[in-house]
Amino acid sequence: MNSNAFKAGLKDGVPIGLGYFAVSFSLGIIAKKAGLSAIQGFFASLFGLASAGEYVVFMLMIANASYLEVFIVTLITNARYLLMTTALSQKFDQKTGLGHRIGVGFGITDEVFGITVARPGKVQPAYNYGAMVSCAPAWALGTALGIIAGEILPLRVVSALSVSLYGMFVAIFIPPARKDKFMALMIVLCFATSYLFSYIPSLASISSGTRTIILTVALSSLAAIIKPVKDEEASDAA
Amino acid sequence: MQHNKYIYLAIMVFTIFLIRVLPLTLIRKEIKNKFIRSFLYYVPYITLAVMTFPAILEATQSPIAGLVALICGIIAACFGLGLLPVACISCAVVFILELFIIPM
Repeated sequence: MNSNAFKAGLKDGVPIGLGYFAVSFSLGIIAKKAGLSAIQGFFASLFGLASAGEYVVFMLMIANASYLEVFIVTLITNARYLLMTTALSQKFDQKTGLGHRIGVGFGITDEVFGITVARPGKVQPAYNYGAMVSCAPAWALGTALGIIAGEILPLRVVSALSVSLYGMFVAIFIPPARKDKFMALMIVLCFATSYLFSYIPSLASISSGTRTIILTVALSSLAAIIKPVKDEEASDAA
Repeated sequence: MQHNKYIYLAIMVFTIFLIRVLPLTLIRKEIKNKFIRSFLYYVPYITLAVMTFPAILEATQSPIAGLVALICGIIAACFGLGLLPVACISCAVVFILELFIIPM
């Protein structure tokens, strides 16, 4: 283990952990609605380590969805990690063992992926472990506190906090849309089709999870056909 | 049918774990297929956009507050603000607007 890399990871993970704390608090409010206790929420977040990924599962639990639906929606909402870890696999030293590959992969969130690729050279597993130690407990603790304190908070505060995850999503999909007019157009198309699916009577009966799957697969395929990405774009998607 | 929450959570945790770990352990070569690369590139952004709207309108007590929060969030993100500031701005907008829209 490289202790300098570990310390650097610890340090870089602190601001990420602070951000996680605020966001996971509102995730806890939804976890509570899904019937989770603080302990259950703590471990679900510690092992899940996903914002949108956990959010959709909690929503599906509230809706009493089928296990198959939960599996497919989890697959779809976390598909970006497939791309991230695929990209990271190219940055690994060939000699890196299975244990470190699993250890690093487990802790790849949007932000940890960001700081990992921002470091020059090959992936140093110790750096990722340091970052995980800083931010994973904050994510889990925030969820647990959201479950405990979510109901003590006034309705106004809960209503305000409930948009924080959406605010985070906006901060993820807007930067590429700003750089690329086509992406911006796709985002508008997402909003429009998602709106239609939610309010047109015959389409509104489709569950929100299934709607997410259908629209994501259809619109991503459409985008990939109309405007295939250049190699550099695909590999620096964060 | 009532489902077991531990099974729900186990499906979530194992699926996310496999998604993160399988590419690192299995893929040692670069993906060459242009369509798959492009599809995977668009998926995260498309799926987040689909999940954000119109759901944000239903998350708040007042749909108008949700809409304004979304617009302010987009503007803040356009100015290059990161995850945490954009999330905070959206929350603040809802809190302030609902003070006026919804009387105590």
